[in-house]
Amino acid sequence: MQWRHKDLLDVSQLNADEVRHILTTAAYFREINSRPVKKVPTLKGRSVVLFFAEPSTRTKTSFDMAGKRLSADTFALGKSGSSIVKGESLKDTALTLQAMNPDGIVIRHSSSGAAQFLAERLECSVINAGDGRHAHPTQALLDALTFSRRWKGDFVGKTVLILGDIAHSRVARSNVILLNMLGARVRLCGPRTLLPPRLDTWPVEVFSDLLTACRGVDAVMCLRLQLERMHAGLIPDMREYSRTFGLGARHLRLAAPGCCVLHPGPINRGVEIDSDVADSAESLILEQVENGVAVRMALLFLYLTRKSPEMNQSGIPE
Amino acid sequence: MTEAIEKGKKLDLAVRGVLWFGAVKAGGKTGGKAKKGGRLVDVLVARGRIVSLAPAGSVDMRAAREVEAHGMVLLPSLTDVHTHLREPGQEYKEDIASGLGAAAYGGFSNIMCMANTKPVNDTSSVTEFMLDQARASWPHGPRLYPIGALTKGLKGEDLAPMAELAEAGCRAFSNDGKPVPSTELFRRAMEYAQDLGRVVIDHCEDPYLAPAAGMNEGEVSSRLGMPAQPDVAEAVQVARDVLLAEYLHSPVHLAHISCERSVALIRFAKARGVDVTAETCPHYLVMTEAEAAGYSSLAKVSPPLRTGADVEALLAALEDGTIDMLATDHAPHAAHEKEVEFDQAPCGISGLDTALSTTWGLVRAGRLSFEAFLRAWTTAPCRRFGLPVNAFNPGDPADFVLFDQNIEWMVDAASMKSKSKNTPLYGRLLRGRVAAHFLAGKSVVENIPAGKRPGL
Repeated sequence: MQWRHKDLLDVSQLNADEVRHILTTAAYFREINSRPVKKVPTLKGRSVVLFFAEPSTRTKTSFDMAGKRLSADTFALGKSGSSIVKGESLKDTALTLQAMNPDGIVIRHSSSGAAQFLAERLECSVINAGDGRHAHPTQALLDALTFSRRWKGDFVGKTVLILGDIAHSRVARSNVILLNMLGARVRLCGPRTLLPPRLDTWPVEVFSDLLTACRGVDAVMCLRLQLERMHAGLIPDMREYSRTFGLGARHLRLAAPGCCVLHPGPINRGVEIDSDVADSAESLILEQVENGVAVRMALLFLYLTRKSPEMNQSGIPE
Repeated sequence: MTEAIEKGKKLDLAVRGVLWFGAVKAGGKTGGKAKKGGRLVDVLVARGRIVSLAPAGSVDMRAAREVEAHGMVLLPSLTDVHTHLREPGQEYKEDIASGLGAAAYGGFSNIMCMANTKPVNDTSSVTEFMLDQARASWPHGPRLYPIGALTKGLKGEDLAPMAELAEAGCRAFSNDGKPVPSTELFRRAMEYAQDLGRVVIDHCEDPYLAPAAGMNEGEVSSRLGMPAQPDVAEAVQVARDVLLAEYLHSPVHLAHISCERSVALIRFAKARGVDVTAETCPHYLVMTEAEAAGYSSLAKVSPPLRTGADVEALLAALEDGTIDMLATDHAPHAAHEKEVEFDQAPCGISGLDTALSTTWGLVRAGRLSFEAFLRAWTTAPCRRFGLPVNAFNPGDPADFVLFDQNIEWMVDAASMKSKSKNTPLYGRLLRGRVAAHFLAGKSVVENIPAGKRPGL
């Protein structure tokens, strides 16, 4: 498959075939990641800038590792220590980076639309690693890979509950689009104060009661609750939140047999998810992290080479 | 014919063969029934004032200056009660000369400018400076009428010296852009301004309910994950203002009304006899929140662009007079200020260059009547704020526009007179442009194409 996209801004740009192609490609790289020597020369000589204008550990590390395993040179650029703190505009930062001729820029930014802003101005590939509350396509794709392995590629008829602070969540927005595209049904549950407006225009079912929401679901995706939501007057306190919307074993007993639990991390144990659930056999939280590296390898490969991997005899993409 | 002509007074200007969609009565005084499709008339002017609007060719007296209009549309000059001209302090966005230039080419004779300059227009020296700049740059008009700050520094803490400001030439008072959070202080401001014969203009936006400006809370903001402003943030403050106005028997003018909920409250207040007037802006009539769907910061404006249902409600309200008038809320910003992340961009649309074309488009499309158009851009604002108005009655100021309604033009850096080009219409084709603009019978803009042009 010739890869037709320059940028990955959100999963809404992709069609189901392209998503399946990304997941298949990621599966190749997942296999490579299980070998003793995890490095392939596929992107040798290519450079990728990791432009994280918002704090991030796991996504940044995941991209860094993905790039290095493909032999690309990765350059990290953060907000502190960059000229952003000196008042440089995003446009000027973009033009400066462009002048250095990277092959791709991975951007994390606190403003919704920042990745698109960059993509409209740069010739190189832009991969959105999270823009404000808008989108987090690589997270949704790694979640899809996790589901796909669990469900043997069949999303049809499956129901996923996304639980918690949907309003401020780019993870939820991208997952709602992608899960629907792949044929799953999506439920949302959270306090009204943490739900986005006009959910009637979203392809979801909305629940205010967690027990009802869990009934018969095949997966629950918990979202991290940010402490500042409490101070913004959106919820009374952590105790009340965990009593009402914290995921526990009693909820999962109502779910479908084999129901799995996901969380984009980092988790607040005892707030949005009980510790025993997070550590249970149903929890795929660490597999998500593992899949994250493989999906990001697949994306860097597809977006930087714009072609499908051709495997040589030892199974190494060239 | 009129007395003036019978006495053989000299005509200074005659504009022949303009298309007039309003009424014409024999004797030169307008009135009677408007004619659908319009009729060709001659405009006769002496000493800067209208002598007569006469059926074309009915008066064969020659004027000192004869202009052949080739069937272009005749409109009285428009009045804009809501602009930001940025001088003093932010002349890189706009200054009074360039703002009035955009007004002249946009068809406006009267311009009211808001107080959020740097320094704020809260002392007479700032007001006088503005008036001096206007007279120096456009001595024959467009005329500038500054709006004074309602509170010192627009901080919403202490009343501005309104008596001094009124004496210096401020026509109204407003805290535009920074709504007064204290209802008590706003009440006192209304009372104080009323003693001075001035109307308070309020930018209705509950500051607690609308922390994020520039995008409507709705389908688009939900999908984009953009902090947004719900329309009730406006309506809650509209309710506050009309109830205060009723209680105090004070006048109030509501700026840039953008949603159906506010319209319903204004209709309610008017039915109870409250002295309330309201404006809306062209962008709320021709665009919706969908303009912002691609994170285009050019469509970021406060209050934000709303929904299609709001557009319909505003048009109906403008037609039935619930919303009295149109205003541009001309808010120029430099390109580099707008070319940033959506949530970092300043709110505002540059409107003086495009307002007439877009709203005339509504008239042509049958979405707005010619009568409502005239009221909204001329008589209603002039009556409310005591400004000179041309209703084409004998003796009215000869402020009028010859409008070429067939010409198509591209909204771009070359065609816009405002220093700032921040409009979502940038790069689009608009229909109809001012070909000539006469103020007190003197031409301030003249670009009448040579040769005969089709009338309709």
